[in-house]
Amino acid sequence: MPLIEAKNLSKSYGAIRAVHAVSFSVDRGEVVGFLGPNGAGKSTTMKMLTGHLRADEGTAVIAGFDIADQSVQAKQHLGYSPEGAPAYGEMTVREFLRFAADLRGLADPAESVRKTLELCRLGEVAAQTIDTLSKGYRMRVGFAQAVIHDPAVLILDEPTDGLDPNQKFEVRRILKEMAARKAVIVSTHILEEVGELCTRVIVIAKGEVRCDESRDQFLARGSDLNAVFRQLTA
Amino acid sequence: MPSSEQPSSPGLKPFVAILRREFAGYFRTPLAYVFLAVFNAFAVSLAFFVGGLYESRVASLDRFFLYLPWLWAFLAPAAGARLWAEERRQGTIELLLTWPITVWQAALGKFLAAWLFLACALLMTLPIALTVGYLGDPDWGVIASGYVGSLLCAGACLGIAAIASALTRSQVIAFVTGFLACFVLVLVGYGVFDDLLTGLLGPAAVDEFRRLGLWRNLEPFTLGLIDARPTAYFLTVAFAGLGLSTIIVERR
Repeated sequence: MPLIEAKNLSKSYGAIRAVHAVSFSVDRGEVVGFLGPNGAGKSTTMKMLTGHLRADEGTAVIAGFDIADQSVQAKQHLGYSPEGAPAYGEMTVREFLRFAADLRGLADPAESVRKTLELCRLGEVAAQTIDTLSKGYRMRVGFAQAVIHDPAVLILDEPTDGLDPNQKFEVRRILKEMAARKAVIVSTHILEEVGELCTRVIVIAKGEVRCDESRDQFLARGSDLNAVFRQLTA
Repeated sequence: MPSSEQPSSPGLKPFVAILRREFAGYFRTPLAYVFLAVFNAFAVSLAFFVGGLYESRVASLDRFFLYLPWLWAFLAPAAGARLWAEERRQGTIELLLTWPITVWQAALGKFLAAWLFLACALLMTLPIALTVGYLGDPDWGVIASGYVGSLLCAGACLGIAAIASALTRSQVIAFVTGFLACFVLVLVGYGVFDDLLTGLLGPAAVDEFRRLGLWRNLEPFTLGLIDARPTAYFLTVAFAGLGLSTIIVERR
């Protein structure tokens, strides 16, 4: 059974068709790079997968649970960091993660918070309010709340956006560490990330899937990934 | 990492987590203390200087309670403005709606936290009751029912404020629209629209219309009567507001 299934997902905003009949599935151990130009429908698709947006048509299944009909069960198996890693800015990092742990009803929330702070290397800013953090730390806090319950499914919307090379390396390191046990979708428009992080690539443009193939197949399309990308999304 | 064992039923934990976070949230900024101080100052001033509580030489708090709807019209939207508007502005609504809770759990937790905050404001006026008790021999049952009515009235205003907050990402707009709506409900009870309505619908309709206002429904409570009809009125407005705001958030 695949851990993530998108079945014919469609969404329109008024007359604008944001996502049209997108289908794919992701198995355990896969890290799918979700590529596409800005406004291609990447975020909208992720929002439908995670239950933030209701699909006009189609549905998503997370770890065997329908995101619309069994949303609470589906969301228990899901970790999601939205674009820009929103968080309650007035809370400290520790308070925020504790809130996320309590809200998920974790058996030992204090221990989950401690381990997550360690994993995401947030220990030294644990007592700071999130509003006072640098962008790199903020992104890591967003990542931390998504993995605090060690979910089977991880969906990250541009987790490395705006990070410096060291910070990007760090996020990729953590992701690779846990990827074998999870189904992961990472949206990005940094093509180099594909080779370093992903096992599979889905390119989306104008709301439709333009290509869905393994990393090696994708990399074999040409040595100039930018040209490949332009051609696929034209 | 913690194990991936998920509790099959987290029970009330998520709801309590929301309630606690929201309630504590009021005290994270100095704003809450400012509002509590303003509320108290106005509650006391209105009762003593406008209502003539002292000069009346009657050991009763009805004059205090009857001015409270004016204050709720101001404070409830102030407390309720952040309910959803702040979630939208910060983008955290996307987290809230993708965490394993229902929108209804989140909405109820938020609403009750705000109501609890207003209850704290009301509780801080207890010294007025104690003063009256010191100066005279009031009917404590009547004072208790007055407090119950005021708390219900606050809930009704909060229901309206919740709708205003669900509609916008700006706390200022949420506050102003919530305040205006509550303000109109206070005016209805004061008979401000009586002349207009007498001309349009006749005198019988006027009395019915007044019953739709906050003031008219609070009155029995200040006389020591906890009637079903005004109680149902306040609770209906409160929970209709909660329900409608939740549907707005769900549908967006």
